[in-house]
Amino acid sequence: MQTDLNLHKGTELKIPRRKIWPIFKQQKYLFLLMLPALIWAILFAYTPMAGLYMSFVNYQPTLGKFWYSLFHSEFVGLQWFQYFFNNGDFLIIMRNTLASTMITLLFSFPMPILIALAINEIKNVQFKKIVQTSSYLPYFISWVIAANIIVTLLSSDGAVNALLKFFHITNESILFLQNGKYFWWIVALGNTWKDMGYSSIMYLAAISSINPELYEAAKVDGANRFKQIRFITLPHLKPTIVILLILAMGGILNAGFDQHFLLGNDLTKDYSDVLSTYSFRYGIQNGMFSYAAAVGMFSSVVAFIIVVIVNNIAKKINGQSLF
Amino acid sequence: MKNHKTITEHLFDTALYLFLTCIFLVTFYPFWNILIISLNDATDSLRGNLYFWPREFTFASYVTIFRNPEIWSALQVTALRTVIGTAVSIVCISMLAYTLSKRYLLGWKYFSFFFVFTMYFGGGLIPTYMVIKALGLIDSFWVFIFPGLIGVFLMILVRTFIEQLPGEIEESAKIDGANDLQIFVRIVLPLCVPVLATIGLFLAIGHWNAWYDSYIYTYKPELKTLQAVLVKILNQFQTGAMMTDAQQLAQNAKRIPVSSESIRMAVTMVATLPIIMVYPFVQKYFVKGIMMGAIKS
Repeated sequence: MQTDLNLHKGTELKIPRRKIWPIFKQQKYLFLLMLPALIWAILFAYTPMAGLYMSFVNYQPTLGKFWYSLFHSEFVGLQWFQYFFNNGDFLIIMRNTLASTMITLLFSFPMPILIALAINEIKNVQFKKIVQTSSYLPYFISWVIAANIIVTLLSSDGAVNALLKFFHITNESILFLQNGKYFWWIVALGNTWKDMGYSSIMYLAAISSINPELYEAAKVDGANRFKQIRFITLPHLKPTIVILLILAMGGILNAGFDQHFLLGNDLTKDYSDVLSTYSFRYGIQNGMFSYAAAVGMFSSVVAFIIVVIVNNIAKKINGQSLF
Repeated sequence: MKNHKTITEHLFDTALYLFLTCIFLVTFYPFWNILIISLNDATDSLRGNLYFWPREFTFASYVTIFRNPEIWSALQVTALRTVIGTAVSIVCISMLAYTLSKRYLLGWKYFSFFFVFTMYFGGGLIPTYMVIKALGLIDSFWVFIFPGLIGVFLMILVRTFIEQLPGEIEESAKIDGANDLQIFVRIVLPLCVPVLATIGLFLAIGHWNAWYDSYIYTYKPELKTLQAVLVKILNQFQTGAMMTDAQQLAQNAKRIPVSSESIRMAVTMVATLPIIMVYPFVQKYFVKGIMMGAIKS
């Protein structure tokens, strides 16, 4: 991100004002090519940002067209934000959001590293290919499909309950999705299941750039494979691991909408409601537009600040950031 | 020494294979499970306990859903949006990427920032909904195409690719009097086919998998995509799971049992199959894409 935000400082030449028009005319086709994207950005990215003004008024949709009602609704300042922070929902929503993302991180962060290390050690190409192909697949399906699969696997006569009964861990079927206390763990494992294979690609790429002579030298010195991993592979992966961990921390408030919306239900609401689904429920379903917009604005502003901080940390550590 | 593996080495190998076999099973089995449930007789599936093989093998669930006009229309809408959306996006993204690959563009720094910023900040759910409504896109097919028209990350992939092309070809074309438009269409686009294929797959999968836009921006049944229908079926099933058996039976007697797992799994399979079919290509290109993203910095 940072590379793009302040890209190539100094390459820009100061252009005298009177030359701007001739240069623009010279580049008219370039601007023409950019035009559709510019219109898109203005309409679908920046206009909604302007629409965030909703959070500061008491938006009344009945007044007329959107912009008319927006600017004729009563200005209420930070009232909606205060309402959000002071009512009991705030703590529950924040708890759910953080619990969901933290528990997800607990599994989804180490798994790709383990997979990459293991795949790298396997000599059998066929086996390697099968495992890789299968482990990337869940990444490409939608959360709708994933939720359908998860619901089936976790149903009272689904495969997971059958497995638990087989090993006598439980004798009665566990109703996983009807009980809030399992919810964060289901989302965390679902996220991990979906992303672990795909995320391992990044680590495999980093491993493949390690100089093979290092391993040769280690073998000569009598290091076994376990020691090779410990003293060569892992130290070389450390920068990647650190950067990806820091960037993952940047998404700490971003508990995905899809998984919480699709897997949650009325019985698990107290655990499944996160910032995005809460905003959705109040806005789209209950029609409290301004309040929902304020909740949304709170989460995107805080998320943006976290991303900027995290990116700067990553930049300091690595000399440059990932994106 | 070389042929003589120590016991620890053997243990190490066994642990590795065991671990990766688990990963394989965990990622593969769920798909197998939904496949066999979808191929089992719908009424029989209510008895549960389907884990490895269909008990009463039949294609009946697939026949049922393909006879269902709702699914049929959903498939058409999804296919249409995937094709049109992908094509339009590829064109617009590559046009933007070409312009932004020219660092001498007037105000290049500001335009780049203008687009990259949208990756990190947005208006959020509610204002976006309001804007889309104000633009008259509710209940319009174009709501599937325009709001997601530009993927800035994909644009950066294409831009990086264009920047790595040898500049001489463009230079000589310019000397021959070609303008930027001609250079883009005749020279740059043909050279970009590999990267456009890559982002095309990203975009197509994104369109195929999208459900949210159809779910909240459209009300007409003829504009529901397959994934949105699947959300509806999932919701019905989730509500069904909370009902008593008697309630379920009463409900199932009245209409086709959507709460029947086999039907739900058959729809899930139909939604998954195209992904599995393009997957061999996707795997190759996606790995390339993620590497490009990583190498770029």
